Formats: sequence, C-alpha cells, structure tokens
Amino acid sequence: MTNLDPRLQKIGLGLLAPVLALVLAFLITSLVLVLAGDPVGEVWSTLLGVPAERNVANILNNATVLYLSGLAVAVGFRMNLFNIGVDGQYRVAAFVAAVVAGEAWLPGAANTVLAILAAMLAGAAWAGIAGVLRAKRGVSEVISTIMLNFIATGLVAYFLRRVAVREEGSNDIGTKEIPEGSRIPGFQIGEGSTTEVYGFIFLAALAGFTYWFLLNRTRFGFDLRATGKSTTAAVASGISVTRMTIVAMLLSGAVAGLVGLPLLFGDSYSYGSTFQSGLGFAGIAIALLGRNHPIGIAIGALLFAYLDEQSNPLQILVGVSPDIVAITQGVIVLTVVISYEVVRRYGVRLEQHAVARALEAGRPTAGDKEEEARA
Amino acid sequence: MSDVAPAVRLRGIGKRFPGVIANDDINIDVARGTIHAIVGENGAGKSTLMKILYGVQAPDSGTIDIAGTQVSLGSPADAIKHGVGMVFQHFQLADNFTVLENVVLGAEKLHGIGSAAREEIVRISDAYGLGVEPDQLVEDLGVGARQRVEILKVLYRGAKVIILDEPTAVLVPQEVDELFGNLRELKAEGLSVIFISHKLDEVLSIADEITVIRRGTTVATVDPAGTTSRELAELMVGSELPSPSTEASTVTERVTLHVADLGLPGENRPLLEAVSFDIHAGEVLGIAGVEGNGQAELVEAIMGMRPGATGTVRLAGQDLTELSTRKRREAGIGYIPEDRHRHGLLLDAPLWENRVLGHQTRKPWVRRGLIDRGASRTDTQRIVEDYDVRTPGVDTLARALSGGNQQKLIVGREMSGDPILLIAAHPTRGVDVGAQAAIWGHIKEARRQGLAVLLISADLDELIGLSDRIEVILRGRLVGSFDPGQVTPEQLGSAMTGAGGAA
Repeated sequence: MTNLDPRLQKIGLGLLAPVLALVLAFLITSLVLVLAGDPVGEVWSTLLGVPAERNVANILNNATVLYLSGLAVAVGFRMNLFNIGVDGQYRVAAFVAAVVAGEAWLPGAANTVLAILAAMLAGAAWAGIAGVLRAKRGVSEVISTIMLNFIATGLVAYFLRRVAVREEGSNDIGTKEIPEGSRIPGFQIGEGSTTEVYGFIFLAALAGFTYWFLLNRTRFGFDLRATGKSTTAAVASGISVTRMTIVAMLLSGAVAGLVGLPLLFGDSYSYGSTFQSGLGFAGIAIALLGRNHPIGIAIGALLFAYLDEQSNPLQILVGVSPDIVAITQGVIVLTVVISYEVVRRYGVRLEQHAVARALEAGRPTAGDKEEEARA
Repeated sequence: MSDVAPAVRLRGIGKRFPGVIANDDINIDVARGTIHAIVGENGAGKSTLMKILYGVQAPDSGTIDIAGTQVSLGSPADAIKHGVGMVFQHFQLADNFTVLENVVLGAEKLHGIGSAAREEIVRISDAYGLGVEPDQLVEDLGVGARQRVEILKVLYRGAKVIILDEPTAVLVPQEVDELFGNLRELKAEGLSVIFISHKLDEVLSIADEITVIRRGTTVATVDPAGTTSRELAELMVGSELPSPSTEASTVTERVTLHVADLGLPGENRPLLEAVSFDIHAGEVLGIAGVEGNGQAELVEAIMGMRPGATGTVRLAGQDLTELSTRKRREAGIGYIPEDRHRHGLLLDAPLWENRVLGHQTRKPWVRRGLIDRGASRTDTQRIVEDYDVRTPGVDTLARALSGGNQQKLIVGREMSGDPILLIAAHPTRGVDVGAQAAIWGHIKEARRQGLAVLLISADLDELIGLSDRIEVILRGRLVGSFDPGQVTPEQLGSAMTGAGGAA
C-alpha cells in the first residue's frame, strides 16, 4: 500500500534529522555572529571553504581520534549507558600504552600489539569500575564516570612523575619514547603536504566495522540493544541486565582505550604532560550526531574535525575568534537532540498511517481468519 | 425549559488523528437524572469522545450542548465550570494525604481547606450515601472507597454530569454492587451519569439508556429493558460473537509444572507464601484474585525474574529452581506478560526483532551467536499470517501496532518456541473483541496440543470460561480451589476478598 519501501523511507528519515540539525545550528551560529557584529558571510566562506591538502591530512587525523571517541560513547548509548568517562578512560589507557610501548619488552610490531591490548584493557578496567558500581549498587554511571575522570587526571599525573624522563631543554616530562620499530607509520596524501595521515586510521575503520557487526549481527549485540531499549523486556526475555551493564561498560572503555593511540603511535610517541585532553567530551556530541551508527559517527567526526581545522585561520583572515566553531559544535548537539525527536515522532506517525492503511485493506480477509479461528 | 433540555447533547462530533478517524458523527442525548452507558470495544472511540466532553481534546466538528446551552470546552477547567466532572479509571489521589486534603486539592477557593470544606464533604457524603470520612488517609482505603473519594471530588466541584471511565474494571463484584447503589443515589438527586464500560451485564443492570459506539460512530441507542447482552455485543462488534467456554477436558495425568512451597519475602508481609500447585499437560489453571495479591510475583517467580524467591519449581521433571530466566525459557516456557509494553516488546524495534526477543538462543534465527535476519523475517511473516497480526510488514515498529495486534504477535511468538508450559497473564487485557476471540482460540488450541497453561486474569468470565481449575490468590497465598463448572463470579469474588472460603 505504501508508495515508498519502508526501509528506504527509514534511511530518508535518518538523513533528514542530521541535515535539519546542521541547518538549524548554522542559522543559530549566524545569529550569534550578527549579534556580535562580526562578518557572517566571510566567516562562513572561510569555514566552509575547500581545505588544502595539508589541512586534509590534519582533518583526517583529528577525525580518527574523534571517531574512536564517538564509537566508545556510542557503545554505551546503545545500552542507555551515558559514559561521560571516555575522557578519563583514554588518558589512563594512553598512559599505560605509552609505558608498555616505551619499555619495549617485545620487539617491533609485537610491542605495538601488546601496547594496544594493554590500552584496551586499561580503558576497560577504568570504565568497568563504573559498570560494576552501576550493576551491583545502582550508582549512576554519569556521576561515577565524571568522578573517575578527575581521579584519572590525578592518577596519571602521579604515575607519570614516577616513570617520567625529562625531555632535554624542556620542562615537559613524558614517558620513554616508543622505539621506531614499534610506531605505526603514516602515509602521505598528495604531493604538497608534509603532514602524514595516521596509519591508525585503518584500525579505527576496523573498530567501526567491528562495532557494527557486533551490535547488529550478533546475539550479544541484540541482547545489548534490547537492554538499551527496554530493561524490563530484556529481563523478561532472559537477558541478565547486571551482566550486560558490566560488559557494555567494559566494551565502551576498551574502545575508549584506543582514542589516544593514533596520537601516541603516529605523532607524540610518548605520553607527556602536554598530551591532548578533552577528546572524550567531543565524542559524546559526535555519537549523538551520528545516531550511534558507525557511518554516521564517521561523518560526525569528519565534520567536527573539518570545522576545527577550518576555524584556525579565522582570527587572521577575518578577525573572528576561532571559538565561534565551539559554539557551532555546541549548538549542533542541542539541535541534533531536538531534530531527532521531531523526526522520530514524524516517523512514528508515518508508521501509524501505514498501519491504519493496512488495517483498512486487511479488514475483509482478517474477518475470514477470525471465522477460522473460531471454528 | 431546562427540564426539557437534556443534560448533555452531542451532535455530529468528529475527531481525526493522523491515519485514523477516532470519532465520526457522534450523536448522544443524556437526559437529566439518568445513567447513560456508552459501550464499545477497545479502540472504538469511547475514550476520545470522553476526552472531548471533558475538554481534554477539542473536536474537529460537531456541537456540545450542556443543559440546553451550546458550550465550547477548551480545558477540563471549562468542563468543570459547566458542571461536567470525570472519574478516571486510574485514580488520581495522593496516597499520603487525607480524604479532605485530596478533595480540596486544586479546589481550595470553593470552601477553603478547613472546617467549611470538611462540612461540605460530610454533607455530600451523606446526601449521596458515599460513606466517606474526611480525615482518613487515602492509603488506608480500599479500592472501592478510593473510587467514592474520586466521585466525591467531582461532586465537590459542583458537577451535575459525572463521567465514569470503566469504573468497575478495578472492583470485585460486591464492590460493583455498592458502586451501583451510589450511582442510583446520584441519579435520584437529579444528576446525570455517563458510564463507560465494556462489561455488558453490568451496563444492562445499571443504565437507563445505552449508546453503542463502533468504529468511531454511534451505531445505536437502546433501552436496556428490551436488550440482551448478546445483542449489545453484536452491536459492538458488528458480527456474531464468540465466548470463552472450554470444550471437553484434555487434562492428562502427566504433571508439567510442579510448584512447591513457593515464597517471596516482601517489606511488611511476604509477597508470596507457601504457594504449591501442579498443572498437568492439557490443563488450564486459572488464578483469580484482586490485583496486587501476588499474581504478578507468582508469574515472575516461576519465570526466574525474582531473585529472592524460595521453594521449588519443576517443569516436566526438570528442576528449574536454580536456573536463570533464559534457561527456564529454553526449558519450554512461553510467557505472555501482564504488561506487554514493559515486558513483552521492544516498542522501538521492528517486528522481526521482537520475534527474536526471548528466543535469542534458538535456531534458526540465531546461529552460532549470529542473528539470521532472513530466517527471523520469514518466521515473523509466518506469525503475522497465522495469528492475523495486522501490519504493513515485518519491518514496522512494534509501537505502531494497536494493542490487540501487539498481543497477537506476542502470543504467536510465545507459541512458536515449542513451549510445554504457557504462562498467560491477562492475555486479553486492553485488546479489542476480535483479538480477544482469537487469543482465546489460541489458548484453547494450546490446551488441545497438551500444553500446561497458567492463566492469570481479572476477567472472571474469561477465567471461568477457559480454566479447568481455578485457584484464588489472596495476600500471596492460594486460599481456595474451585471447579469452573460449578462456581459463579460472585463466589469467586467472595473468595478473592477473603469474605468466604472454599474447599
């Protein structure tokens, strides 16, 4: 009866929401610019220009990190767990990985693999604390992960002092440098750029695929999503919610453990006091924007990375603070939540229409079936 | 003039929602000093109509006259101003407040909150024989008394027309009689009562006039004196009607479910205590009881969803006591939960995913830990066809289906897992008459196939019609066993309230 294939319709609705959110966010940002008396047109033409090759590499690198962060948050979201603690988890994990890789107990690539596994374990363990508290004691994971972020900061700073080596001619301290053979080589895109794209980007893509496969194709993923949609129905269907809560947090933490690694293995080669922080919070926005879908998160990560990169010359070229992009990104988070709800309701209405139509059409035959049932 | 004009006159009321016409050309006259019943199957449009009359929703077309004057009701406050009050099915009382506090809440301007209000409450209570004590705590009151407080609340606000939405759904037969006594008092004082129900015998005994709604429109207004409940039901459904009633016994000697000394500790008193029973293959055991006496806990204890439960549960000889819910399901339990939205479905998931729910470990839709979407889709399609689930397809979200169709999907799913025990908790609650007949048919079919069936229901006719044996549960204990061939709803009602025992 419907003109559209319901699955096509679903994809269409899925795209409508983020587009609506972005348009709305751009409008609100423009409004802010107008109110501040800044040149709206020039800001957008700078921001939305075509990036240079050098910038493309930066965007891809930044997006790789943001993607992993978004993925980590999304694992929790799928089970209705709000993992605010990705920030702490990735810093603990990156520190552990830096120590392991720096010590180089194993040669070459084996050392890399060991360090990556150690990072995932460390991230999982750190998130697992919140998971166990939630599952066994009902402590809100929002509160516990925020607290764990603070503890992570202190803990890493403390241990960094214990293992650190001072870089020559600098006040920065850091872990031992990862030996060359254990670094993950990057690659160049185009001729004119000296910035390499992190080799870790492929591992990030692999993580995205694994996420998709695990959640959408396996029984475990089904159980996880079912628990996220309705805890009570999950319990009645035989899922142990306690176990799923802990496992989901462990998984989320394991992915969070990867967030700092592209930087570690492709750029800084050690964990120091200047290691980039705050990546976990961007992940929340990106997971929301990407609707917890691996492709959606990738687009969200690219968009955020693109806006960040394009905002750099704003101060020089048009005299506007690059922080305007932070406003845009913040507004996107709000508009995304609103537009998804609007589109979701619209979708439910469409479905109800379809059901009503099917009902109308089904009346005569359905009546016959009732006769049979009675007989 | 005002003696001639009806208390309420609805003409040509229409209301559309996206995709459905909830009301279409509704015409009703409610005469002063009468009880006017409105009957119709679930989804016929009764609630929409009442929301329109109570000002919750505005009609798209038509007029409302109250006592001869055309009015426009934009909010419940408007409705109250025009003397229309409503008693909802789910009470809106604060448990930790007294009756007085509950009554004056939101109506403080009428008689204050002190002695004037208390006097007014006593006056109304006496005038209509409600027997309400202003200083009692609501949490100490029974269901019937709470309902009388709700009625008093409406009267206190000056209502001349009182709408009662399914008032008897929560009452046992004795309380229903009391309520009807109160309603007759109201009528005698010149008030008008609009009584919404789908329990036709009750409607026939209390109403002065009955209006039947079918598919959103008024199909007939009849005089109860010249109408049988069967005729009424046929007007409601528009076709001839099924009834429960069991065929020849299929009960075997084989014990399928053995429950011994089941207990569940609660805060003040045990939620379940020393519950023991057997269900044989091919037997339907009905559990009767006033809601909240341990039915839900009994089901969840058998399903393994209550960690603190003690006692033994055996299914066909296999000891389930230590097993998880999933293992119990795998052992052969099909489960139609009491609250399908909370326990039976993932509302925002497509039907085929709901097909997998509860059967995540079964082939062929799950193999080696992977979900086989194709197999699940195919099997969902089979259920949709065999169980007459009305849906555009298996990718539709469960939320979009009507209650009856959701329930048919659940029944189909639970019957498809090769169960040897079917637990059906309120299987026909909130579903339309057509789906009800179909679900009854499926339960009878399950019994014929030799399943043991545990049936929990608040609908005593359903229990009597389907069960081979009825146990009454009261405060977590089984207090009496009845033969459905002999027992009347009144006898069951007595046992349910603890008023009378039975062997």
